[in-house]
Amino acid sequence: MENCFHCGDECRTTVIEHHDKFFCCNGCKTVFDILNDNDLSYYYDLEQTPGTTPFFQEGKFDFLENEKITGQLLEFNEQGTQVVSLLIPTIHCSSCIWVLENLNKLNPAIKTSQVNFPKKTVRITFSSEELTLQNLVILLSKLGYEPYISLDDATKKNSKVDRSLIYKLGVAGFAFGNIMFLSFPEYFEVNEFWLDKFKPVFRWLMFGFALPVAFYSGRDYFVSAYKGLRSKILNIDVPIAIGISVLFIRSTIEIIFDLGTGFFDSMSGLVFFLLLGKFFQQKTYAFLSFERDYKSYFPIAVTRLLKNNASKTEEQAQVYELKKGDRLLIRNAELLPVDAILIKGNALIDYSFVTGEAEPITKQSGEHLFAGGRQQAGSIEVEVLKPVEQSYLTQLWSNEIFNKNNQSSFQSLTDSISRRFTLSLLLIAIIATTVWLFIDVSIALNVFTAVLIVACPCAIALAAPFTLGNLLRIFGRHKLYIKNSSVIEQMSHINMVVFDKTGTLTTSTKNTISYEGITLTKEEESLLTSTLRASNHPLSRSLYAILDKNNIQTLDDFKEDVGQGITGVINKQKIKVGSFNYVEKDAKIKNTQIQQRTAIHISKDNEYKGCYVFYNEYRDGVKDVFNSLSKTVNIVILSGDNEGEKEHLKTILPKHATLLFNQKPEDKLNYIKQQQQNGKTVLMIGDGLNDAGALAQSNVGISISENVNIFSPACDGILDASKFKDITSFLSLSRKGVTIIKYAFIFSLVYNLIGLGFAVTGHLKPVVAAILMPLSSISIVVFTTIATYFTGKKLNHKSNVS
Amino acid sequence: MNIIYMLLAISVIVALVFFTVFIFSVKNGQYDDMYTPSVRMLFEDELVKEKSDKQKNKSIKKPIIFKEQLK
Repeated sequence: MENCFHCGDECRTTVIEHHDKFFCCNGCKTVFDILNDNDLSYYYDLEQTPGTTPFFQEGKFDFLENEKITGQLLEFNEQGTQVVSLLIPTIHCSSCIWVLENLNKLNPAIKTSQVNFPKKTVRITFSSEELTLQNLVILLSKLGYEPYISLDDATKKNSKVDRSLIYKLGVAGFAFGNIMFLSFPEYFEVNEFWLDKFKPVFRWLMFGFALPVAFYSGRDYFVSAYKGLRSKILNIDVPIAIGISVLFIRSTIEIIFDLGTGFFDSMSGLVFFLLLGKFFQQKTYAFLSFERDYKSYFPIAVTRLLKNNASKTEEQAQVYELKKGDRLLIRNAELLPVDAILIKGNALIDYSFVTGEAEPITKQSGEHLFAGGRQQAGSIEVEVLKPVEQSYLTQLWSNEIFNKNNQSSFQSLTDSISRRFTLSLLLIAIIATTVWLFIDVSIALNVFTAVLIVACPCAIALAAPFTLGNLLRIFGRHKLYIKNSSVIEQMSHINMVVFDKTGTLTTSTKNTISYEGITLTKEEESLLTSTLRASNHPLSRSLYAILDKNNIQTLDDFKEDVGQGITGVINKQKIKVGSFNYVEKDAKIKNTQIQQRTAIHISKDNEYKGCYVFYNEYRDGVKDVFNSLSKTVNIVILSGDNEGEKEHLKTILPKHATLLFNQKPEDKLNYIKQQQQNGKTVLMIGDGLNDAGALAQSNVGISISENVNIFSPACDGILDASKFKDITSFLSLSRKGVTIIKYAFIFSLVYNLIGLGFAVTGHLKPVVAAILMPLSSISIVVFTTIATYFTGKKLNHKSNVS
Repeated sequence: MNIIYMLLAISVIVALVFFTVFIFSVKNGQYDDMYTPSVRMLFEDELVKEKSDKQKNKSIKKPIIFKEQLK
């Protein structure tokens, strides 16, 4: 078996030999030719088989003829110069970068192109006078780099990247270094003439550096502490804000009255380390988005039919412009963006992503079609019932859950610790001060501030960011991409896991097919395959894919009754393939079991033979996942599909699991809400748009995806489908992460006690504070990093074994 | 020893210059994509080599536009 020189796939049915190389299809060969003819064959030297098979659909990008739409897509549009940024999910290697950045060799109208690999975008400057955007997109698609253009692109506001944390970190680090440097002479307390003379200059310089640290870099802590106090929560930022302000005020007073150097070095160091922790716990996956809604799934435009005096014309209309009563033309494999009535043609709509129903549904003209379905058989004509924002599906997004910030309700471990910590800290400070008031009044205030300074919970505040940040990266390496670190902490509290069925437990790529009935002869089998070959119905395609294709004959006659079945004739032998009612004309048996199962029935010369039954194929290790999960959590399955799979599912599920079918998107959301009111912490695992509400309502919503670059609904995390079996490990790892944080708390409390020893006795010198503070922070960072590294290794080990 | 005022001033100015350079580079988005430049850097040589090869038998090629070919 040869492998394709372009895409590396095995050449199965067709092998094309060309230039001493093998290609699996014409598409791959064409790309090779284009690149070879234009001296771009370096593409193949850079990486082995770097290509992607181009799938090009005629007319898919016709909407780019509409200038309004192209205007929205272009970033810059002046005569002769256009700039566009396109998302290309297939970008995956350095060859991709190379060829996309050398597009100007293919067409001189392209001036420059620049790839952003992590984001999988290419930014192209071109001249639309010589090359329209449509042709540019077609060129890219022909090369196997088809841009993903969705409704979201039309509404995109130029979202500004928030870089303030980096600036704050930069300011703090800059000031920290300089203040350390300036306070060096005083650390050694050398009583030297010149040093004494220049002391005030050094000190005021330090003060100057400390100003932006306290008022710019540290601002967030004050804001957050204020917010916390106002809602009567003693969060971790309260003692930090106290620490920063005490450090700053005491140091300023010391400098003004020439009492000492102050603690500006400790203060800027503290802020620097805290911000570093904040920075570290952010791990962004540039190529993923956790905030997507239906807009990134829907197309940007559809074909609208205009009636002018009996002559029909087509135009590309923006989805937002569609009104009630408009006529639309939906081609094969196109998505219906509005609720509509079917007017003409045979609709076979795949709703699996929208409702969770596994099989495409046949609709007759006059029936309602809901937005979000994908047409599977030929073109249809529909009339718009409701515009896109008011459609049945998009209504889900008006649910309050999508506007609520549910992070606020979650109290993190750090915050709950900080309550006790702050109270005891204040208590110690007050007691120590009162004691010193009796011994030595002059030192009492010193002690009070020293306690507040040294106990500033830098190490505690760092424990969670570093542990969770590390786990975030470990999860990311194992293809569970988490939105932010607080999600991991929530994951450790999970006691109920809710699964969607279609697309989550089952794979979308494969179907298990089994035959029931009278065994077919060789002749009949070849008749069947020859007939199936001519059909475009998804079930026929998947059945055709598994059958033996040795004796394919030309059909004498072929008839397709869309939505019913197909008839093929060879040598006067007639075979009928399709639904039960189509195959068996006088069907008396209206067996419900036959109705609910997905099957292709076959009859030859009007004699019923049997049927191929399609089973949903479950992901690898579903049973293992259920078994290991059921030890610690409740398992629930909410499916939008019918009950056809119920019996089968029951066999792989643990006994006390809950199974619910025919669940609408709102039902799923409400079910989870209800469970949460009963005190459950719910992890929802889903995949489609119909799970979007449930994913948002649940404490942690993880969407599972075969290809993480393509659409997934808004969620807290995206799990690559191949890692489905690791769900249990991820949950237990997040629990271990929380344990590590607890140990780190104990660790940092020890440091605080040592520091308090100095403070309470009135011996806290700037140099001690300057050493103790970074030392405790760094040791916490080292401890959490090592601990998470070793726990993470278990995951490595486990996935290697299984 | 009064020279120390000048030295301090210089050291602070130098530090500030580097700091502003850092801020501006962040602002311009230089740190947004940390991966692609590292790959792109390695292409440069190959491109030059190919260009010189090409110069010899360079013919004016028709730009590729698929739309026209399809119709």
